Amino acid sequence: MSYPLNKSGQGIAIESGAPSVLRPALSRRAFMASLSAGSLVLATRFASGASVSLVGSSALDFEPDLFVSIDPTGLVTILAHRSEMGTGIRTALPMVVADELGADWERVVIEQSIGDARTGSQNTDGSQSVRGFYDRMRIAGATARRMLEQAAAQEWGVDAEECNASEHKVTHKASKRSLGFGELVEAASKLDVPAPQSLRMRDKKEYRIVGKNVPLTDMDGLLDGSAKFGIDARLDGQLYAVIARSPVLGGTLVNYDSDAALAVDGVVEVLEIPPFEAPHSFQALGGVAVVATNTWAAIQGRKALAVEWEAGPNGAFESKAFEAELAESARTPGRVCRDEGDAVAALKDADPADVFSADYYVPFLAHAPMEPPCALANVELNSDGQVTHCEVWTATQNPQAAQGILAGTLGIPPEQAIVNVTLLGGGFGRKSKPDYVAEAAILSRDLGAPVHVTWTREDDIRHDYYHTVGAVHMQAVQDKQGKPTAWLQRSAFPPITSTFVAGARDGGAGEMGMGFTDLPYALDHLRVENSPASAHLRIGWLRSVAHIYHAFGVCSFPDELAHRAGKEPLSYLLELLGEDRHLKLDGVQYSNGGESMEDYPIDIARLRHVTERAAKLAGWGRKLPKGKGLGIACHRSFLSYCATVVEVDVSKSGVLSITKVSSVIDAGTVIHPDRVKAQMEGAAVFGTSLAVHGEITAKDGAVIESNFDTYPLARMNDAPKEIQVEIVENDAPPGGVGEVGVPPFAPALCNAIFAATGKRVRRLPIRHHDLSWS
Amino acid sequence: MSEIRVNGQTHEIQTDPDMPLLWVLRDVLGMQGTKYGCGIGQCGSCTVHLAGQAVKACSLPVSAVGDLEVTTIEGLSTDGQHPVQKAWREHGVPQCGYCQVGQMMAAAALLTSKPKPTDADIDRGMSGNLCRCGTYTRVRAAIKTAGKEMAK
Repeated sequence: MSYPLNKSGQGIAIESGAPSVLRPALSRRAFMASLSAGSLVLATRFASGASVSLVGSSALDFEPDLFVSIDPTGLVTILAHRSEMGTGIRTALPMVVADELGADWERVVIEQSIGDARTGSQNTDGSQSVRGFYDRMRIAGATARRMLEQAAAQEWGVDAEECNASEHKVTHKASKRSLGFGELVEAASKLDVPAPQSLRMRDKKEYRIVGKNVPLTDMDGLLDGSAKFGIDARLDGQLYAVIARSPVLGGTLVNYDSDAALAVDGVVEVLEIPPFEAPHSFQALGGVAVVATNTWAAIQGRKALAVEWEAGPNGAFESKAFEAELAESARTPGRVCRDEGDAVAALKDADPADVFSADYYVPFLAHAPMEPPCALANVELNSDGQVTHCEVWTATQNPQAAQGILAGTLGIPPEQAIVNVTLLGGGFGRKSKPDYVAEAAILSRDLGAPVHVTWTREDDIRHDYYHTVGAVHMQAVQDKQGKPTAWLQRSAFPPITSTFVAGARDGGAGEMGMGFTDLPYALDHLRVENSPASAHLRIGWLRSVAHIYHAFGVCSFPDELAHRAGKEPLSYLLELLGEDRHLKLDGVQYSNGGESMEDYPIDIARLRHVTERAAKLAGWGRKLPKGKGLGIACHRSFLSYCATVVEVDVSKSGVLSITKVSSVIDAGTVIHPDRVKAQMEGAAVFGTSLAVHGEITAKDGAVIESNFDTYPLARMNDAPKEIQVEIVENDAPPGGVGEVGVPPFAPALCNAIFAATGKRVRRLPIRHHDLSWS
Repeated sequence: MSEIRVNGQTHEIQTDPDMPLLWVLRDVLGMQGTKYGCGIGQCGSCTVHLAGQAVKACSLPVSAVGDLEVTTIEGLSTDGQHPVQKAWREHGVPQCGYCQVGQMMAAAALLTSKPKPTDADIDRGMSGNLCRCGTYTRVRAAIKTAGKEMAK
């Protein structure tokens, strides 16, 4: 999800719109200079003017587009500008370029872009990399192809239309002549770059790479341990830092024992990072940094600091008390976000016996990527104290936001901040927020040396931008057949806006549009509302964002209504979806992921299709003994459609086993099917973690959980035993993938638990519930 | 000054004897394939072999290594072709890949003691290794594939 980052007033880079077609790059493609033995291997693109050692690049290269370059040997270099955190995007988008170009995939190398606004948005979240850049990648490849074909045509004195680039060469079929890409580089470089609207895009059936499960670009390094993540970034002479931060958001530093920390072998410096100014946005939280010659010494030094903090206004925050407050807010009339018919009157006039209400609750969650936030910064100053060089190496989902916070922190223009993007050891939204990059830069500036900041796991769990707690209140009137005739749903949650606007309490249209105002059910009387809630922790977006708590309510409630009416849940759900149609949301503030409702309608037929297929895949309707059960949920998110059936086996004593997950996704055009499948498998496990285990709590304003012992995640022994995935094949424009599988998982699981045991879970996580039965 | 044997090579080190093996590998010896994930032996990202047994390097003081041989991912194979690595490639196991070094080291040790692991063996042997991306079903399948090749 993209947020209006400029609201923070921190000079955050603002998302650009649809990328314009860019002229050939101003600077040479280059691989990063070897900084020191064992330095970063990830190839990196340098900004104009940076001092580089050129490898495999020369003035003789053909650079028709910012994203593609071909050298005289024919080696094709494709720029990857989105961050790789496990989706395979460093493979998928270049596949599109290579296919349009007609390149041999074996002769393609991938280069990672630094933060560079010319590439368009690099904000790798919102499941939008393919959706946002599929066409742009086709243009990059088709531009280069056209020019190579023209160069060959010129050479042979034939019409360019008769020439075709394929398998890394241009062929003139009639005369059976061909020239390799490398041989055409010099002539192609002299041609004008064609306008994108003049390009012929390949037909889908011409594709040789898109749609194939090609090996991942980064596979070898991931298998032999040589792949470099943010935690692995190294420069000669670098120091290692960990930071003590206030346990309570906005707490102030009272006292600490720097001598004790300095007495630890290896500790070289103790220094303060000033506190943030509200709103915190992406600023460094502030605190006391312990800097050492290795990470361990820094951690030991921090233990010796004995920091005292003054908690401040958030010190009274108790998550348990807040839960009751939030549930009450969700039960109290709020701001109307969608209103059809007169649901309020229908509820008021109904016989109370026909009204059913339920309250759902999802607690705060932490991102907990396996690689915690990490950044290496090298900031150099001149004798006047002005920044002359600022370069970071970091695992970031949003290098342009990192440039923005570096600019705001150091007082430099964003373009002066060189942000090298390493591989990410998971992101899930945490690494869209570059507070840790600001920390490293402050320390490097103040110490005059490169500094690597590592967040320990305790730092990560206790100082996250948490997925917000959410309460959802649902009400429906059921007629004699059990069909809902009126429906009211209301959610309350501390909004993400609170991170950028101090004191914000209303759910944004973006959050409300995530699985709530776009409720797909056919209802004559419907009202959707939001009620306010205050934030006392940093709130951020986590994989699937507001869909998590909204889908939990929206996909659990029909199952409850079906059982209450004695109906079969799948047919009840399908009936609730109603006629195949494009959902109209006239008068509703709804962003549709930034896409038009014409290009990306809310297509009930597609939602129905995935639901029916998932049911079939799972063998829905099988007779199962008590203790076993199936649950289903369907949900549109990030412009894609997904349905999931979860099969559980609950022992009499209440031990839950997720025996099988069957998911179907319709994401429109798909580039790399196996990675789509992998994302869906991962979503089932991510969903298990949040549904079964996940809960962040706070007492006296401070988060209690600190590591995987107190914030457990799904493991091999309790993750789903089997996950089957089907991908709907169609030619619709690409939708999202990475987040789409998560929202239906928790409600499908809880619906399955109900089917197995008769026990309804409305408050996550499941581990707090007794599921035993007799 | 003490000595430590890693991947067949002896290194002289001069560190706090309490420093966990993980940080000696990463920050002192510059072998960064082994990853930090939790520091308390809960996630397995730092799994290495000590005399062939899988251990969590984050929780093992370097002084406890003694003269036992340490094997890290850098020493699992010289060419990335250990049966486990091959199976991981075949099944497309990694997503972000961060935990996978630890997963592979745990799997290789498991297969040494249980060449034909049952699902229960895999649950026992692998549940100490967290994967936030959620690759468990592929890890399980890849272990079985690797086991078959190792049995040849």
